Amino acid sequence: MKQALETGTLIDGFLIGEKLHVGGMASLWSVTRPDIDTPIVMKVPTIMDGEDAEVIVGFEMEMMILPRLAGPHVPRVFGVGDYASQPYIVMEYIDGQSLFPLLEQSPLPADQVIALAIRIANALRDLHRQNVIHFDLKPSNIMQRKNGEITFIDFGLSRHLQLPDLLEEEFHIPMGTGPYISPEQVLQNRSDSRSDLFSLGVILYHLVTGQRPFGFPQSANGLRRRLWRDPIPPRQHIRDIPMWFQEVILRCLEPDPERRYPTAAQLAFDLQNPVQVQITDRGERLKADGFFSVLKRRMGFAATMGAPHQPDNSAWLNAPIVVVAIDLTEESNALAQALRMHAANVLARLPGARLACVNVLKQNRLTMSYALDDEGRNLHIQRLVELKEWARPLGLAREKMTFHVLEHVDPAAALLEYTRSNHVDHILLGAQGTGALRRFMGSVSSQIVAEAPCSVTVVRVAEDKAE
Amino acid sequence: MRIAFLSDIHGNREALEACLSHAERQGYDKLVFLGDLVGYGADPKFVVDKLAELIGKGAGSILGNHDAAAAAGLIEGMNDYASASIEWTHQELDKAQRELLLSMPMSIEEDDRLYVHSEASSPRSWAYITDASSAERSLRSHAARLTFCGHVHKQQLFHMTPQKPPVLFIPQTSIPVPLMGNRKWLAVQGSVGQPRDHNPAAAYSLLDTQRNELTYFRVPYDIEASAAKIHAAGLPKILAARLFIGR
Repeated sequence: MKQALETGTLIDGFLIGEKLHVGGMASLWSVTRPDIDTPIVMKVPTIMDGEDAEVIVGFEMEMMILPRLAGPHVPRVFGVGDYASQPYIVMEYIDGQSLFPLLEQSPLPADQVIALAIRIANALRDLHRQNVIHFDLKPSNIMQRKNGEITFIDFGLSRHLQLPDLLEEEFHIPMGTGPYISPEQVLQNRSDSRSDLFSLGVILYHLVTGQRPFGFPQSANGLRRRLWRDPIPPRQHIRDIPMWFQEVILRCLEPDPERRYPTAAQLAFDLQNPVQVQITDRGERLKADGFFSVLKRRMGFAATMGAPHQPDNSAWLNAPIVVVAIDLTEESNALAQALRMHAANVLARLPGARLACVNVLKQNRLTMSYALDDEGRNLHIQRLVELKEWARPLGLAREKMTFHVLEHVDPAAALLEYTRSNHVDHILLGAQGTGALRRFMGSVSSQIVAEAPCSVTVVRVAEDKAE
Repeated sequence: MRIAFLSDIHGNREALEACLSHAERQGYDKLVFLGDLVGYGADPKFVVDKLAELIGKGAGSILGNHDAAAAAGLIEGMNDYASASIEWTHQELDKAQRELLLSMPMSIEEDDRLYVHSEASSPRSWAYITDASSAERSLRSHAARLTFCGHVHKQQLFHMTPQKPPVLFIPQTSIPVPLMGNRKWLAVQGSVGQPRDHNPAAAYSLLDTQRNELTYFRVPYDIEASAAKIHAAGLPKILAARLFIGR
């Protein structure tokens, strides 16, 4: 049914140019269409006798998923062929390189890996928000565009959580790439977006240490080892990797997805706020676990994992990054209490949520930074102390809370900037006053409501006024 | 072409009107009724007259077991409340309405699609599609790439490649599903007038043949009104009560 492609032929309006690449599963052709002025390529499945099921179904998945994705972190699709006549996907040509060559250069300086990790985690957040789990993240499937933007390619093992999983029950073997596959994928569970965080953890580990955390296993048994055998801590390979970064990497590599970051957004948050990362034994350790701990895990795992989880396409809804902006002045005491009550309500409903407590230290335009003198430093620290005191009654685990004092001449601009760079999902803030002057002048809260790229809850304390 | 599939209306006027009006807003070119227009609900005359009108405008319709039973007045193999409603429905319908029901075919084939009320390998047995094996029996009995059926009152979508057993997918409301070409699909419809998947909203679906996408919908309707009519008609009360809980 499928004819071999040839340069110069026309398929559904696409003129076939030269063959760019032949891979195990598919080949890439340069194509053109008069109305498309960006460079495009046609991906065509490799034709084999006997119709290799994995190639066919993987290509079908990609044909199903790619056209439903948008944004800079996935290739833009221009056309999809009918499987019965000529299956193909025409997509933009990504001008850039994959991360694969970086493996050769590893170990890379931690700073460089961290900067890259932030961009990948944010791109992954964008993918997961579109209900797609990649399930085959590895250096060769992550492209860096010329402008540095990260773009994921090859969605043949991916799953769209609102659409049928064509790969389900097609293969009774783990699907993924040996070094990167998550433990739950080894157990054939294809429903958890945190699987991608595990694979990203493997990539970061490799880039920063030059070693693979779980080697390159070829057998099913070799793959299963990562269920109980923890990797050598990165700092055993390279001592000057920051403890907080080891903490982040090893949290991604937790065999139990429940112990990883709940979302890519929360991972990106930690990478962007290293001072706030709560360092545990994971970050400090210099040796892998001993024989008995590993044995204990090995016995325990058989019981706890492997039960197929229900697909959860709302992880990012259930584990939002919530910012609460607190005014710490004495007059705002009642408002601060009301904010705490609202924060407690949000956290009670969303146990995966992460709370960033923010206070803005308003700067004078003339003296540019308080932080430059002792008085300013003291004020900054005092505000942090007060923020922690505000949060104490919430009784939240330390790793779920962070505290930030932003210094800025414009409080609204400071909060908006913070919200954008940390991909905040929800802002809680208080409304100051209700008088005519406030309405005339506008307020911080109204500016934030108008401009924030996320939900905003404005809390107001009811005033008891004599009529 | 955009085809709206409505199945298992069961004499529920309010649910039918809500679905038709929803489909109107989505835009469709053709309506297909997948059987069981009557039985259980209190508005069989309205539903059959509506069907006659819509068939005149090009709608397709196939026979369901309740239609056959109500038209002929046969209650063999039915439980108490089903047979009570069949007897009542039989009395309600006039000769022309009964004849219209009995004139409907057991199945229709159209392009790469098959429309049938129950499991397709033996339509007259009125077998239910309950699992992968009954879905497989149905899919293997016909060459059609897409099969649309009803009868079980639950929205389910099975897909199958030639060498493998079918896989069940529970569609999400209002999310278009691409019916990828290299496999067969069995689109089991939910019920317009008697949903039984714990969701009381009326169910129907819309196929876009150009885009090759099927979208399952749920439409809220005035359940109180339908239930009040069932009570007023003296039909078994359970037929009204279950509408509220979708069971």
